[in-house]
Amino acid sequence: MARPADVVPTPAAPEPRDTTGASAAPPQRTMPRGTTWLDERMGLAKIGKAGLRKVFPDHWSFLLGEIALYSFIVLLITGIFLTIWFRPSMAEIEYTGTYELMRGRHVSEAFASALDISFDVRGGLLVRQIHHWAALLFVAAITAHMLRVFFTGAFRKPREINWLIGVGLMATSLIAGFSGYSLPDDLLSGTGLRFVDGLIRSIPVVGTWLEFFVFGGQFPGELLISRLYMVHILLVPAVILGLISAHLALVVYHKHTQFPGPGRTEANVVGYPLFPVYMAKAGGFFFIVFGALILMAATMSINQVWLYGPYNPAAVTAGSQPDWYMGWLEGALRLIPPGWESHWGNTTWTWSVFLPGVGLMGLLFTVLALWPFVEAKLLGDTSEHHLLDRPRNAPTRTALGVAGMTCYGMFWLNGANDIIATQFNVSLNAVTMSIRVLVFVMPVIAFFVTKRICLSLQRADRERVLHGSESGVLVRDPAGGYAEGHAPISQGEAFTLTQHKQYEPLEASETEDEHGVRRRDPNAVSGFTARMSRWFVGDDVRKPTAAELEEAHHHEDASDDDMPRQLV
Amino acid sequence: MSSTEHNSLAPVEDGTRLPVANPGLGEHVERYTDADPAAARRAYLQVLTLFGLVPVLAIAFVVVYFAVPQHLWVPLLGTQWPLNSLLLGLTGGLAVLFIGLGAVHWARQLMSDHEMVEQRHPASSDTATREAFAEKVHAGVMDAGVSRRGMLLGSLGGALGILAVPALVSLADMGPWPTAAVRRETIEKTLWTEGEVVVNDVNARPLRPEDLEIGQLVNAEPASLFDLHGVDYMTEKAKSPLIVVRMDPNRIQIPESRRDWQVGGILAYSKICTHVGCPITLWEQQTHHVLCPCHQSTFDLGNSGVVVFGPAARSLPQLPLRVNADGYLVAQSDFTVPVGPSFFERDSHNDYVEGDQ
Repeated sequence: MARPADVVPTPAAPEPRDTTGASAAPPQRTMPRGTTWLDERMGLAKIGKAGLRKVFPDHWSFLLGEIALYSFIVLLITGIFLTIWFRPSMAEIEYTGTYELMRGRHVSEAFASALDISFDVRGGLLVRQIHHWAALLFVAAITAHMLRVFFTGAFRKPREINWLIGVGLMATSLIAGFSGYSLPDDLLSGTGLRFVDGLIRSIPVVGTWLEFFVFGGQFPGELLISRLYMVHILLVPAVILGLISAHLALVVYHKHTQFPGPGRTEANVVGYPLFPVYMAKAGGFFFIVFGALILMAATMSINQVWLYGPYNPAAVTAGSQPDWYMGWLEGALRLIPPGWESHWGNTTWTWSVFLPGVGLMGLLFTVLALWPFVEAKLLGDTSEHHLLDRPRNAPTRTALGVAGMTCYGMFWLNGANDIIATQFNVSLNAVTMSIRVLVFVMPVIAFFVTKRICLSLQRADRERVLHGSESGVLVRDPAGGYAEGHAPISQGEAFTLTQHKQYEPLEASETEDEHGVRRRDPNAVSGFTARMSRWFVGDDVRKPTAAELEEAHHHEDASDDDMPRQLV
Repeated sequence: MSSTEHNSLAPVEDGTRLPVANPGLGEHVERYTDADPAAARRAYLQVLTLFGLVPVLAIAFVVVYFAVPQHLWVPLLGTQWPLNSLLLGLTGGLAVLFIGLGAVHWARQLMSDHEMVEQRHPASSDTATREAFAEKVHAGVMDAGVSRRGMLLGSLGGALGILAVPALVSLADMGPWPTAAVRRETIEKTLWTEGEVVVNDVNARPLRPEDLEIGQLVNAEPASLFDLHGVDYMTEKAKSPLIVVRMDPNRIQIPESRRDWQVGGILAYSKICTHVGCPITLWEQQTHHVLCPCHQSTFDLGNSGVVVFGPAARSLPQLPLRVNADGYLVAQSDFTVPVGPSFFERDSHNDYVEGDQ
């Protein structure tokens, strides 16, 4: 929506607009028709008074979480349609549907019903494809949303719990996706389950027991599809619904974070009211997401199970790939060099599967869950944050995030090493061996490059605030020299560039008092924390202080006498 | 740590935090639709058009649903399209999309766009509330009597905790228990036994040595697999498949212990990868390597199936072959080690390691 292009100089701080709309002293309103009945039974007026004109800030990146929410709703709607037809059974039947190439073949009921949905239920193929696209978008939107929250520091106090709920949602969404794509019992999904079997088996000590319990005996058995079906349509959606409710309730309680800007403070939220603006915008956006998914499903074919055929444990096709969100784990598995297995006594410890499969996943979610607390510890920061960080103003965090993304990206790339090899006519082994190195090297490079970019941007901000923006007008002085005039920036911009908190590295606290007795102080800073703190914020470029600003203005006034101010 | 002192959300107006004072919200800038009634009317008509197209598309959807044959595939842009599904998606998708576009257009162009300011409150409660809360907790604790009768909470916790045991035990029947005896009959055993005939996995015909040329690979199964049905068939098919290859005996390494496992350069290996169990498929005739398409573990069939690349850690199990009285390839026994991916209780000392004799 319209945002001021510039800011009027030094206005008196505007009165906060009254969000109840009562400031204009309107005539006394009566309850809208029909609402009294509800108010008498559930206090509708109280709820509406508090919530109807609740203010939300506006930014495109806030839509990422909305996309995740809406694709989940689309998944529920289309999922209900699919359950009407899908038969989650591994029992062997003869396929009698209309798909000629498969007629007469002995297939599982699950696969036969997946074909029926695709060919014999009107609209079934469309709904199946909406469901699959929505699942891919769901995980993608969650990932993008999480990155947005990470890079802008929206996970900081008081939102740590909501970050943890988000981490839980991400983990659950992976289970939702994987359990769903395994259901049609086609060749590709069966191959995925074969991998899951190997993964479960690789867990030390209890792996074989878990395998027998999950599969009801040996792989593939006859129970897995119906068990996964329960997980996919009952257990996981219930967990996701619960977590989403808590996630949104906390968003309402905390009020949404906002980007810094004129008039925006830690103590307010500037934006547009829920009713009517966000009801129309957010509600409308649901239909846009849903509509886009339907159009994708109509025009972009996905997961053509009839081409893969039913699952056959003795067959697999080259170029088998999981859905995108499993790609990085697939790549990690492909990356392991031969021989990562220990044989101790009569036992086998399969590090080659356990470490990249179970270990990496555990590592990712552990690091994500701990990060808000680690960062607060390194900054010694116990204050509440409602203004978002511009990523450049947290250079080390941003660099770590990009390093993590790069590492993920390298694993992910290796998940397609066979495709890369065939598409670019390079050796598969060379691709894999290169990525074995790159997965360690690239994140380090990414860290330093990102950090340097952030520091340069901070420095540029500092220059801009102190000396204004380059006017693009070169002036030749009487002595023949050339100079470019700088135009001062608006106060609004200067405020935006300088409002962030400048963190100082923590100093290690004295561990002994004057009598040489160890202090017991729960807030003491250890030497290690102090070193890490210096590593974390020590390089940050200092923003200009009020005194430096003052001095810069004097300097300009003194030296720019012959520089016409009209350049501004 | 108490952080009450940090919980004020009042902006820190000192010189270090805010070298430039907050100028406050900028002036509202009018949109075209605010300034120009004609633009506003245009936007109004656009929204009406978007909403008005929805019933048209909805009717089109219903017409397509009934009128377009379900099994009609049409060629378009070089591929085959399911016409019914395509048209349902286009009509339905556009209808849904137009509702969204109309609503957002309305909000952006016609609804008031004056920014509003709402004050935040700290997430935490104020001191008085905290004291009142502490008072209520105290009163509740007193009423419950847990401070005087100290065992109450502990015993309740223990009673609740122990419920996890029956809850978990009730899941003990989710599958058979993989005890040593069960493992020997399941994951450590395949259909291969002394004299089991090796048959082509597609047409179930027995294989004769003379059917195989040097460099040829045949996917094979035990003949008895084809007597099985349903879950038994699938379970055995996940363990028993073979790759049977014929190589020039002078160009491969055959260890002493496996000299009589082959028939004139015909060797049989498990087709199930020792990594996570995918069926190994891609055969390189000249190098004698076979590659798993899932994670690219590569095995050298000319060297007792050792791993030459990729994440697998163990050699492919080899099946001892001989020729029976009718001249067909048969197994001498089951595999000497369990096939497929590793598991914790697997005794992996008997697998072939490069250099074994």
